[in-house]
Amino acid sequence: MRVSIKYFASIRESVGTGGEQLDTTAATLGNLRDELIARGGAHAQSLERGRAVRVALNQVMSSEDSDLSEGCEVAFFRPVTGG
Amino acid sequence: MTARVSIQTEDFDVGTEIAALRAQDKRVGAVCSFIGTVRDRNDGSAVSSMELEHYPGMTEKAIEAMIDQAFKRFDIYAARVIHRVGLLQPLDQIVLVVVTSAHRGESFQACEFLMDYLKTQAPFWKKEQTPEGSRWVDARVSDDAALAKWGISSGNST
Repeated sequence: MRVSIKYFASIRESVGTGGEQLDTTAATLGNLRDELIARGGAHAQSLERGRAVRVALNQVMSSEDSDLSEGCEVAFFRPVTGG
Repeated sequence: MTARVSIQTEDFDVGTEIAALRAQDKRVGAVCSFIGTVRDRNDGSAVSSMELEHYPGMTEKAIEAMIDQAFKRFDIYAARVIHRVGLLQPLDQIVLVVVTSAHRGESFQACEFLMDYLKTQAPFWKKEQTPEGSRWVDARVSDDAALAKWGISSGNST
């Protein structure tokens, strides 16, 4: 399925883009994160396991066992620091 | 009716916002507001400026959901949140929360609740300019603890 991925703040800077469209067979957010880590390079570094990475699915904070769906919007970012 | 949530680069005026919330609402007997501002120091470094990034769309939705939660938990009449984005300098205002209610307790609590929630769940990120260069601000465990006292688990900083 096709998903829309967004990167924010320090992750956006590391991977060098604010987002991409991706065809994936990943079933869950966690699977998708692993797929991106498997690319190596900046993606592996900024999304690696053990790092604090938060994920939003269709603009709602979500856990990594959440299921992806066709055309969904996924965002990866570090802990938020507003206010 | 005024919007409940605004994400903007422009500054805001607390007096104007409070007047708008109080207007025509004779039930109101208490107004509580909080303003967060840019400090010139953080984590031991001088801060000359700060860039605030956010996730357009999600930010507004997330804060709207927080305000819905505040209405469920506290007996309040109105709430308003303004958060600035873009380049800010020390002394600048960053965030405003205003809540109205009949009595002070509910306004005080709802105002603190909204700020605690916003600090750990609204998608904003700060990048500071310091003499050592620019750096992304780290989330604080203490902010997660602040939200936990409302019975909500954050998990933001870890």
